[in-house]
Amino acid sequence: MLDAANTTDVQAETLLEVNNIEVIYNHVILVLKGVSLNVPKGGITALLGGNGAGKTTTLKAVSNLLRSERGEVTKGSIKYRGSHVHEADPADLVRKGVIQVMEGRHCFEHLTVEENLMTGAYTRGDGKAKVQQDLEMVYNYFPRLKERRRSQAGYTSGGEQQMVAMGRALMSRPETILLDEPSMGLAPQLVEEIFGIVKDLNEKEGVSFLLAEQNTNVALRFAHYGYILESGRVVMDGPAAELRENPDVKEFYLGMSDDGRKSFRDVRSYRRRKRWLS
Amino acid sequence: MSDQFLFATEVFINGLMAGVLYALVALGFVLIYKASGIFNYAQGVMALFAAMTLVGIMEGQVPFSHIINAIFGTEVHHFGWHVPALLAILLTVGVMVVFAWLVQRVVMRHLVGQEPIILFMATIGLAYFLEGFSDLMWGSEIKTLDIGLPQGGSFLIEDMTAGLGSDNFYGFFIDNLDIVATGIAVLLVMALVAFSQYTKQGRAMRAVADDHQAALSVGISLNFIWVMVWSVAGFVALVAGIVWGTKSGVQFSLSLIALKALPVLMLGGFTSIPGAIVGGLIIGVGEKLFEFAIGPMVGGATENWFAYVLALLFLVFRPQGLFGDKIIERV
Repeated sequence: MLDAANTTDVQAETLLEVNNIEVIYNHVILVLKGVSLNVPKGGITALLGGNGAGKTTTLKAVSNLLRSERGEVTKGSIKYRGSHVHEADPADLVRKGVIQVMEGRHCFEHLTVEENLMTGAYTRGDGKAKVQQDLEMVYNYFPRLKERRRSQAGYTSGGEQQMVAMGRALMSRPETILLDEPSMGLAPQLVEEIFGIVKDLNEKEGVSFLLAEQNTNVALRFAHYGYILESGRVVMDGPAAELRENPDVKEFYLGMSDDGRKSFRDVRSYRRRKRWLS
Repeated sequence: MSDQFLFATEVFINGLMAGVLYALVALGFVLIYKASGIFNYAQGVMALFAAMTLVGIMEGQVPFSHIINAIFGTEVHHFGWHVPALLAILLTVGVMVVFAWLVQRVVMRHLVGQEPIILFMATIGLAYFLEGFSDLMWGSEIKTLDIGLPQGGSFLIEDMTAGLGSDNFYGFFIDNLDIVATGIAVLLVMALVAFSQYTKQGRAMRAVADDHQAALSVGISLNFIWVMVWSVAGFVALVAGIVWGTKSGVQFSLSLIALKALPVLMLGGFTSIPGAIVGGLIIGVGEKLFEFAIGPMVGGATENWFAYVLALLFLVFRPQGLFGDKIIERV
């Protein structure tokens, strides 16, 4: 894993640049209070933090899905490949190569698995043959989807739905995937499998990932770089390998400390502890 | 064969034909409801507006002639030309597409993410606006619509079936228009099903129906899909308007056919195209046969309420209708 971290040290081209954004819902609820992060080309960047830390909101601010939920980016800037995407339509972003896999899968329940995948190719105009080729590619990564291609997505299992959602995103030939909480509600074994595929896609297809995840342990094993969010702010960031060795992260997010595993009662939030100390 | 049985058969066939006409109206509702979750109260008025526009274009009427004359003191009413039916239909389709775009642009776009009841209220407002607007545009007098569809009883069928019964039986009376309408409805449904199942835009439409957010996330433009859906619904309204307008004249009461579509939808399910057809047929046949068999015992006029009572029963025992989407819940 250390060498994975080292490869990102070689200054890779920055794809996504989020600069000090503030997000307000319904004109009153301040959710993000200045979040900045970079997603380098070819990397897996993890966005970590507990419930309500602002991970999903950050992703949705990037993919511009906030507006339909009455959220608004009120400060800061979001750039993709150097150009502002703050006002861009979600469809424009997909054409630019940024696509989001939403939390909770969001499959089209009444469409078959294959139809779900095909909707991912909606914005593409490069011909049926190429789309068909990518469909085969997706089936290669997710063989289980090929078996179930004709069944309604609503009747597939949670793991399969996660695969459908990821495969659907892949069908748009993305450069960057914003992956929100892929481990949600899945068995540990399946989580490993999903993350293994993320790693494969990253290495073989060159897809960059921005990954929001509560499961800090798994995320830091597969990611190259991590940001830790708490109450709408980035409280810590660094290469994944370093974060994993960081005593605070160990204590507050991995539930470990020098005197062995801690009981849940003693695990407090990182920021609260810091305030006490300073 | 006994005459009684033959009469019943005739009633049955006529019921089927009437059912097809109900189904035509119901289809428009289903399309919009499926794709956007909006129950479009204005569907009936859209049929009226489409039919009036078609007549107006065919007869070369000057739109808004009353206003123009009132303001400028002129006396223009007609351009003095007649547009052939096919061209007029194409132009009307164009008008319905513009209408769909305006609805999306002016009304629906600002209501994205609102409660269904608010969207429903918006369509009620739209219905009343459109009703007045079509009168303003084309005048409120009753017009006849004749695009060359055959009308009157079919002698062929009458002659062929006359020999089946006794001397008192003169053969089945079936309206030619109903036969043509059935053909049109079958074609329309086949086209709609093919569109929604096998084309990219149709798939996107169903995707939007399932999950707005997810559709947005894969780059489907909701605005575009909704304009498309309202356009298709406008086209269906035009077809329904043509058939009903030919049958009973183009006039205000045309917009009330929407009320007949309600029980059809409750039976067939708000989300199913085949459901709209089957629901229409059941209601058509049901109310005709009921009137034939039970009507005389209760003093007739059962057709006015039969459909609604049937719909009520369905609401109690099977609220999603015969073919409505089941809510998929995994355990």
